Amino acid sequence: MVSAALRLDDVEQALWAVLESVPDPEIPVVSVVDLGIIRAVTPDRVTITPTYTGCPATQVIERDIRDALDAAGFRRVAIETTLSPPWTTDWISDAGKAKLKAYGIAPPLAAGERAVECPQCGSTQTEEISRFGSTPCKAQWRCRDCLEPFDLFKCH
Amino acid sequence: MPSLPVIQPEDVAKAARSRPGGAFDAPDMDENGVRYDTLLRLGDDSLILGQRLGEWCGHAPSVEVDLSLANMGLDLIGQATHFLNAAGECEGKGRDGDRLAFHRDVLDFRCCWLVEQPNGDFAQTISRQFLFSTWQKMLFDHLTASKDESIAAVAAKAVKEVAYHAELSAEWVIRLGDGTEESRRRMIDGLDWNWRFVPELFEMDAVATEAAERGIGADVTAFRADYDARIASVLAEATLDAPPNQRPILGGRRGHHSEHLGHILAPMQFLPRTYPDAKW
Repeated sequence: MVSAALRLDDVEQALWAVLESVPDPEIPVVSVVDLGIIRAVTPDRVTITPTYTGCPATQVIERDIRDALDAAGFRRVAIETTLSPPWTTDWISDAGKAKLKAYGIAPPLAAGERAVECPQCGSTQTEEISRFGSTPCKAQWRCRDCLEPFDLFKCH
Repeated sequence: MPSLPVIQPEDVAKAARSRPGGAFDAPDMDENGVRYDTLLRLGDDSLILGQRLGEWCGHAPSVEVDLSLANMGLDLIGQATHFLNAAGECEGKGRDGDRLAFHRDVLDFRCCWLVEQPNGDFAQTISRQFLFSTWQKMLFDHLTASKDESIAAVAAKAVKEVAYHAELSAEWVIRLGDGTEESRRRMIDGLDWNWRFVPELFEMDAVATEAAERGIGADVTAFRADYDARIASVLAEATLDAPPNQRPILGGRRGHHSEHLGHILAPMQFLPRTYPDAKW
């Protein structure tokens, strides 16, 4: 019994490892795990949730996860999508937020945070240029100190 | 000029069977029928407005406006996908969201007149968005408490996005209304065009009443006062007067549409209807 339970744990761990290798198609420095898209993993099922309702990457993400699972020999593991509870940027891991920042995208503000930090120079003298940026999840901002424009991952 | 087809004896028989009020194909008023029609109304509003906004892609006055309109359109198409997939499951005849979007005829659509309205100029598009998104935000707030799990889930997911649409369009109403003489004139004209379609948003017909009583739909009259107050406060900030009330135009929820809807569906449905088995 003990060994069977261990094996199931091993399968789950192996699945998580595979998922950690699947990048977000729009922001390839973060994985689908970093983004908090993976809601649950069991030995026979991976449950994912879309970020934005209209995110065109949703279908690509599901296909990429399918391909990665198949390539790792998990052909019989199903992928299920759930809307509830709705995804929020709070589910992006701290590691994911650090990766976003290193990539030049200001991570979403945590609760209580007010100032948007420039991911280039760290200044908080920043301003919004456009509510909508290159993808639905990002807004365009500008740093008033180093004058660089940058993307802010919007709180959601 | 082409005229309507000749009325056949079976049409007369069908009209005799229909309920008072003129619905072509009145929905079944059992639980499933009400649920199906409610999902279609929600899905068709989002689908048609999303398609309308898509017409701006590559034509907006600046890149950031182009992006914002296309992104709002994407959000709406995403909502429509969820609502119409659920409608297809509810109907149980093997139709999915794509099938409902691309293979239904104009009289079977259940969207309101406001979302069908032509884009006109940017001010007309923004005034339509402002009037619709302000309403949709309040509607989705109520629908998060729906007893229907799929409606509640989509509403909870989409309400944050719709809040953005409402805020963005309100900002533009203020900027254009309180802007130059030209932008002000255009915003007044845009509001004037769309104003007569607002009462339909608050119409409680038999299906909406039944849906609200069963706890799956919302009683839209519950937030009419909040809606009017919000619209009035934005218009005041935009230094604009509310347009005079006109004769309300109703009927979209029962399949009576403006001439514009068919013209949206033609380019949207042409490819899938001509090549029904085409794949990417």
